[in-house]
Amino acid sequence: MPWTKIYSNRAEFDKALKDNPDLRGIAYKDALREATAQLLSSDPSVFVIGEGVDDAGGVFGTTKGLQEEFGAKRVMDSPLSENGITGIAVGAAAAGMKPILVHMRVDFLPLSIDQIMNHAAKWRYMFGGSVSVPIVIRSIIGRGWGSAAQHSQSLQAMFMNIPGLKVIMPATPFDAKGMLISAVKDGNPVVMIEHRWLYEHVGYVPKEMYTVPLGKAIVRRTGADATIVAISHMVHESIQAAEALEAEGINCEVIDLRTLKPLDTETIAESVEKTGRLIVADTGWKDAGVGAEVIARVAEAGLLLKAPAVRVNLPEAPTPASPVLEKAYYPGKNEIIEAVRKVSSYGKAQA
Amino acid sequence: MNDESLKICQGRITKKELGELYFQMLRIRLFEERIVDLYPEQEMKCPVHLCIGQEAIAAGVCIHLKKEDYVFSNHRGHGHCLAKGSDMKPLFAEFYGKITGCSRGKGGSMHLIDIPNGILGTSAIVGGGIPMGVGAALASNLKGENRVTVIFFGDGAFEEGAFYESFNFAALKKLPVVFVCENNFYATNSRQEARQAVCKISGTAAAFDAHGICIDGNDVLEVYRAAGDAVAKARSGRGPSLIEAKTYRWKGHVGPEEDWTKGCRPEDELREWKEKCPVKRFKEALSSGNIMDKAEMDGMEAKIKAELDEAVDFAKKSPYPDTIELLKDVYVEA
Repeated sequence: MPWTKIYSNRAEFDKALKDNPDLRGIAYKDALREATAQLLSSDPSVFVIGEGVDDAGGVFGTTKGLQEEFGAKRVMDSPLSENGITGIAVGAAAAGMKPILVHMRVDFLPLSIDQIMNHAAKWRYMFGGSVSVPIVIRSIIGRGWGSAAQHSQSLQAMFMNIPGLKVIMPATPFDAKGMLISAVKDGNPVVMIEHRWLYEHVGYVPKEMYTVPLGKAIVRRTGADATIVAISHMVHESIQAAEALEAEGINCEVIDLRTLKPLDTETIAESVEKTGRLIVADTGWKDAGVGAEVIARVAEAGLLLKAPAVRVNLPEAPTPASPVLEKAYYPGKNEIIEAVRKVSSYGKAQA
Repeated sequence: MNDESLKICQGRITKKELGELYFQMLRIRLFEERIVDLYPEQEMKCPVHLCIGQEAIAAGVCIHLKKEDYVFSNHRGHGHCLAKGSDMKPLFAEFYGKITGCSRGKGGSMHLIDIPNGILGTSAIVGGGIPMGVGAALASNLKGENRVTVIFFGDGAFEEGAFYESFNFAALKKLPVVFVCENNFYATNSRQEARQAVCKISGTAAAFDAHGICIDGNDVLEVYRAAGDAVAKARSGRGPSLIEAKTYRWKGHVGPEEDWTKGCRPEDELREWKEKCPVKRFKEALSSGNIMDKAEMDGMEAKIKAELDEAVDFAKKSPYPDTIELLKDVYVEA
């Protein structure tokens, strides 16, 4: 499938597009906008609410022009009341609507954690299944340009700990569109975390509405020597790392988790069984994070590794602002390469 | 309440409605008293937050609502559900943790639901139900329905940010919401004066250019009038109102006991409020106004007691959930 492939080189993708005139390439942010427009057109119970969803920029372009197209009742700016607005969206969902709530930053989710954790996540169970909360909560990870500690967090692990929620982090334009549509149709509260750096990434996106199933990871690159399990922006870093490592004769398999909750243990286990080496590349912190969960699943599956697993995470500190510190803070392709080399050389005699 | 207030009200209230108000108040009182009687058996294995002393508010507000109108409530929600029309059986079954409970035994007394009667679930996080209620009102508005949403909350919830965030939004969008603050002066054991800079909850509405009124929550006719105005206003698209109804909870914050024995609140205060008992006051007014005679009142009481007997019997005889229920309904399955 052409849309499951990730091109780390834009020129290569442009060439592929030329060779396949039937296929269309659009940016991640435009894929989200298109999905939202199609959801609004096809289902009158869908509405968009959030701070600045109607402004000129339209949440980095993801809601741009939608209010003009669908009106202020369907695409609604909101007061700066994150918890209140989240609760209002949750209540509207319980009363039969399908809100798409947009928080401009992941960092604003802690302000609304009561409504997400104590209400949305529990409402169905607490009332014996007689009511449901079909809400999608979109939020964005900022990065770079001194965004600093309160505008760049990657808090997915917090939400993975709460039964009743689903957590998704699409890495490609194709998945961004298909998973947003799936999330809205899912019927459960879904926390969708988008990485700001993915917004300009261009990939194949069909024009029509389609769904990408939640709960299914995808193998982005096959390889026999080591498994890199990655999420969101780190999927792209991992692909680049894998391409570089090919020159050293190390073939990496790259798995894009896409959905963090429920986690697709099967796809991970299948790969690790083959490679026996595991690296987890996360956008967030290490403790009790995505890597901890993935490695625990592999251990529970009884899979023996040829080398100790390695996690690539943010260092144990809030995000600094200075460009020099910021550069030192974020792991990427190089750290993944180092991690793969480490698991590949494990146990081999030093020269 | 006196004959005068009954007369004022009679211009706009029918005899049938007066009877209905008394019936609902008595029904809530006897329901809660039955819990007090049965709780020591320790078969209801969940915390209970009783509303004895506060019955006039639920009765006086809900009489104005249609079946499809929404009510959002809190941990002290038995009275709100009953007044909105809930059957006693699934409520009692829920307290007993049975599969026949309104929440299939997963919620307990703090999490009641009755969708056909417009109760979409009750939150036990203080203030948590307030934004959800505004959200239901927004849904009604977006769908072009004409439902009114009533949100019951206490003086403690008034201190939560969720209240201000929600009230602002409701006022901004002119949503059909009636905010009913049952001010019983205590958040658990902490007095209102120790928690609030200005003890004038209803005054807050003015800051949002909305209607606010402070009333005697133990005078069911005063509640009836204030709620009638607020519901009519909401239904005609003129936005939210805030009713502060002053009242007093006779029992401790949680459980069937009075709490003055533990030094939580002064006994004299409880005694004074018992004098202002909403059920007793209304009963006396109805008698002296020749609205209802003793036989009619006794008949109501007997009817309610029979309903209670049947509900408790149903709850006790119902089966517990099978343990396979444990992992059911966490998610909507595709």
